[in-house]
Amino acid sequence: MSTQITEREEESTESEPETETEAGAETAPARQRRMDEKRRRAADRETERERERAGIEGDTRTLKVFRYDPEVEGKEEPRFDEFTVPYRKGMTVLDALIYARDHYDSSLTFRHSCRQAICGSDAFFINGSQRLGCKTQLSDLSNPVRVEPLPHQEVVKDLVVDMQHFYDQMDAVEPYFQGDDVPGELEEQRQSRENREKIKMSTRCIWCGACMSSCNIAAGNNDYLGPAAINKAYQFAMDEREGEAVKQERLEILEQEQGVWRCQTQFSCTEVCPKDIPLTEHIQELKREAVKNNLKFW
Amino acid sequence: MAIHEHDVIVVGAGGAGLRAAIAAQEEGADVALVSKLHPVRSHTGAAEGGINAALREGDSWEDHAYDTMKGSDYLGDAPAIETLCQDSPRETMQLEHWGMAFSRDDDGRVSQRPFGGLSFPRTTYAGAETGHHLLHTMYQQVIKRGIRVYDEHYVMNLAVTDHDDPEDRQCYGCVAYDIKTGDVNGFTANDGVVIATGGTGQMYDHTTNAVANTGDGAAMAYRAGAPLEDMEFVQFHPTTLPSTGVLITEGVRGEGGILYNTEGERFMFERGYANNVGELASRDVVARAELTEINEGRGFEDDHVLLDMRHLGEERITDRLENIIHLSKDFEGVDPLEEPMRVKPGQHYEMGGIETDENGATCIDGLYAAGECACVSVHGANRLGGNALPELIVFGARAGRHAARRDRAEARIETGPSAKSEDGSIDTPVTPGEVGATGEDVVADGGSRAADGGALLDAPAGEVVERAVERERARVERLMEREGVNHAEIRGDLQKSMTDHVNVFRQEEGLKQALEDIHECRERYRDVAVSDPSRTYNTDIIQTIETRNLIDLAEALTMGALARTEFRGAHWRKEHQERKDDEWIKHTIVQWNGGRPELYYKPVILEGEEKTYEPKVRSY
Repeated sequence: MSTQITEREEESTESEPETETEAGAETAPARQRRMDEKRRRAADRETERERERAGIEGDTRTLKVFRYDPEVEGKEEPRFDEFTVPYRKGMTVLDALIYARDHYDSSLTFRHSCRQAICGSDAFFINGSQRLGCKTQLSDLSNPVRVEPLPHQEVVKDLVVDMQHFYDQMDAVEPYFQGDDVPGELEEQRQSRENREKIKMSTRCIWCGACMSSCNIAAGNNDYLGPAAINKAYQFAMDEREGEAVKQERLEILEQEQGVWRCQTQFSCTEVCPKDIPLTEHIQELKREAVKNNLKFW
Repeated sequence: MAIHEHDVIVVGAGGAGLRAAIAAQEEGADVALVSKLHPVRSHTGAAEGGINAALREGDSWEDHAYDTMKGSDYLGDAPAIETLCQDSPRETMQLEHWGMAFSRDDDGRVSQRPFGGLSFPRTTYAGAETGHHLLHTMYQQVIKRGIRVYDEHYVMNLAVTDHDDPEDRQCYGCVAYDIKTGDVNGFTANDGVVIATGGTGQMYDHTTNAVANTGDGAAMAYRAGAPLEDMEFVQFHPTTLPSTGVLITEGVRGEGGILYNTEGERFMFERGYANNVGELASRDVVARAELTEINEGRGFEDDHVLLDMRHLGEERITDRLENIIHLSKDFEGVDPLEEPMRVKPGQHYEMGGIETDENGATCIDGLYAAGECACVSVHGANRLGGNALPELIVFGARAGRHAARRDRAEARIETGPSAKSEDGSIDTPVTPGEVGATGEDVVADGGSRAADGGALLDAPAGEVVERAVERERARVERLMEREGVNHAEIRGDLQKSMTDHVNVFRQEEGLKQALEDIHECRERYRDVAVSDPSRTYNTDIIQTIETRNLIDLAEALTMGALARTEFRGAHWRKEHQERKDDEWIKHTIVQWNGGRPELYYKPVILEGEEKTYEPKVRSY
């Protein structure tokens, strides 16, 4: 779906909630005290909101956020909504989205959880590149900040994309350890420090999908395993704790038609990876392994 | 109505949930994981430190147990602690056999390092990303075994019978909201339900926890009748980034990092908080010191202090603390090589939770719990670093095996109201619990339950699950159709009150104020409404329900904090500055009691397999 669409201004609307109190069995003075307290607190909240409004007149940033919902009138056709949020030092794109949702529009929808670049939920297309919302400082971006769902994936709603294809590609490389010679239950398989170091970067993948979304080859070919899945296979293929036979099987999966040979070394995946995994290098190394492997059987 | 049927339903797919699912599957059960997140998004992935396990010569499970009991300030139960320490080596090696990328020594064995409160360097680790590796390694096993995962399915409630005594009740399954489609579906568990939904950090406005850590499982088990135990014990970590709550590891201070106030004082020494070890005092001591400085006007922006590591030099920092440079730059916009980091204490871990025995069983038949949401109790009044991850795998596995009903080993820890040793009473300014609760016919968000017939006692599983589905559907309709208050306002006020009054420092007046505030949140919640009209990926409705769960748990926590008139572990009371062993070596229990929470106590078990642990002064 194209995200090149018209933009419109989002009105922020706020209403002070009216709350009813049932005093129940409480005594009159207790009730009075509580009501006074409640009024005081309501006034506090109002003051805080005023401060927020005042903040908005100070340093602000503006988000232009992609909106789409297949079943809500006015949102079936994708559009951009504009949110102006108060800025403070250290504020990330995710912070700004949360502010907009909690203060202006509770239907603004995006995945997020850990807020520290480890759960991989909040990869978005921010000012034209794949980034994690939580790891992107507003101060590093030109204003206004354009936030769109990851390209080349089906949009479910607003910034939420369907991740199923990504998960399917991960599953296709048998993404689990297959050691064949496990020692006793209180004894470990030995692994050299060098070997652990070799696979270290590959193990850092957080399944955010930024690499797949950035890859031109994957965009035009749904069958291509893609950088994340190949990197996952790299982790196991290079792990000395798996035996030779398993490595053979892994290389066979990787060098099939939709495997490593599709990669055209454009490095876009490596550029966008928020965990700095050298994805293209890993793919190249597996190509070399595959060639060596084939020579061996000549 | 779609009803999915499996032998074992595991709610939550972080470390404990995944381990439980694998264990149940190994027992031959047909297992399903149901989680509001995709498994790899779970917050176990954020754990940094490591897994305590007595693996090496010179170490023993007995020493690990002794350290853990001492760390718990003698509020842990010996059978739970000894089980943890006995099972941890085998469970840790199991992860290695599944391919987990542990850091390695020169001889190729897994590395271990020292950690606070440990008498032996037994913290087994994988870089500073141990949780990430543990989570992914177990999810790989789930894929390998073909265990069914219902991801982005939000479990709203349990399906439990209506017997008066929770110990007579039976859990038959749960109800989940399919986030992508908006469908409300039933899940029938032929053998058992395991709750593994993690922490409750979102009841505070500043936490290292994920946005998803809203205590859903603990809240629904609580409302189903399973007691909550020792909820007042909350660990606050002294060094978190002010804007986001992202954790800055203790390692910064371990390498020589210094804490400063606005006067330029190295206050840990200069203000006499810890004359011997300064910044390296235990977590609770440093957290209390920082807040004292801030409260007395020596904090920056009345909010934080500074943590400076520039004097360590770029080479040493890059070598040992590289990740901290990234975290501080990415999440606070501060380059710690150029300027000091801003830090303040943040909520980190809930020691209490759903009362279980050492097999993960609650007092409700068919209902189990494991991980941070549960209280076995291993951590007592204070958790040691490196003891959270072994808890996930040890008790996750045990809960999974027992839920599959193949392992019938007896437990020593008693659960449920029959374990009560003493009634509790506290003087509260408002009546805790459901607003206007007169029985079970009122629900929190204003609807009525009277319409769906009488109590279900010996009804078949299907009927109990169907009724639960109908109730949750009606709840969704109600929240969607009406106009009212946005949950975010209520949650914001709850977080503010908990942070102001039920934080590191606690005093009677503040705790009572918090109970009033929580009561007010309950009143306003009766008018809560969801404004997003969509059935597609409606996160507004999920968060609205989460907020209800946070209210219930915050109230139980605050009741416990008000009741416990002593200073033990992480629980500090202004009016009560001593640990009172004669009176308070007992667990605080809060039981929902049909909407009128009841406080009582049960004994701590200090008798281990071979010895009894004698309470001593806790000094390091």
